[in-house]
Amino acid sequence: MLTAGTSAPDFELNCTPDQKLKLSELRGKKIILAFYPADWSPVCSDELSLYNETLKFFSRHNAQLIGISVDSKWCHLAFSESRKFHFPLLADFEPKGSVSRLYEVYDEKEGESQRALYVLDEKGIIRWSYLSPVGLNPGADGILDALEELEKSKSIKS
Amino acid sequence: MNQLKPAVGSKDHILGKNTAPLELVEYGDYQCPHCGHAYPIIKKVQRSLGADLKFVFRNFPLSEMHPDAFNAAVAAEAAGLQQKFWDMHDIIFENQQKLDMINLFLYAKTIGLDLERFKNDIQKNTLIIKVEQDFESGVKSGVNGTPSFFINGKKYNGDWEEDVFTQYLRTKLSG
Repeated sequence: MLTAGTSAPDFELNCTPDQKLKLSELRGKKIILAFYPADWSPVCSDELSLYNETLKFFSRHNAQLIGISVDSKWCHLAFSESRKFHFPLLADFEPKGSVSRLYEVYDEKEGESQRALYVLDEKGIIRWSYLSPVGLNPGADGILDALEELEKSKSIKS
Repeated sequence: MNQLKPAVGSKDHILGKNTAPLELVEYGDYQCPHCGHAYPIIKKVQRSLGADLKFVFRNFPLSEMHPDAFNAAVAAEAAGLQQKFWDMHDIIFENQQKLDMINLFLYAKTIGLDLERFKNDIQKNTLIIKVEQDFESGVKSGVNGTPSFFINGKKYNGDWEEDVFTQYLRTKLSG
């Protein structure tokens, strides 16, 4: 995985069937990138459903959650509607897995993203990353700890 | 290994003796079918381990997925104000499919709550905050779904079917 302190590579992917989202447009917010293997699979939907309920804890830290998998924009739309998600799912669909590769979390054998998390600061610098065993839902505590650490290091500096 | 934060304290609903050597904490959602499945298992585990076990229930309602879960959690907390938390906890899990307000009032009546008081209490901000604080403590403790169990403060990721679970708890007792 990309290491803490490196600049997060920019990318642009569909977040809805007719809209694209560019990472660099979100500067000024902390970003949580949640790569996951597949829409609808049981562990993923547990993980994303949990994050859907913890969004308010993320937004306290001015952090935006973004889910990324190789599923298509239409698949994401159906999945998102069915689970009532309040955060975008990006389609790393064409060329397949290119963003997952860029972030070194592509599983070549399965042709899916790995279950991996990145936390970026407001300037788009990677501050924390975590690769989870594929069958295990990593929970939200690691993300929250990372966001709290970021706040702390900021208040020490200023 | 994820650690329970904060540790079990006076705000918690505890079944069993404070001095029991084993402490089992469940983060649960009243509308979650897996928690419904766990409910009778926990009862049996409690029976097998007797005075060696104390059981604690904390709220972890996944409100987007389970629209009645939060209200059910508040209703159980409100019953707690009349010293009937566990009666409400039990009757809710036994009737998991029907947790709308009308039914919650029906259960409150069945377990013998003062309904006028219950009606006032379920609107109390303090109870809503209590449920939210339980949820937040779960997130920080690494709860990644429901039910999540903590044994003596450490997250338990193993199987919780009756035999395996009881066996595991027994090994903790001797170890």
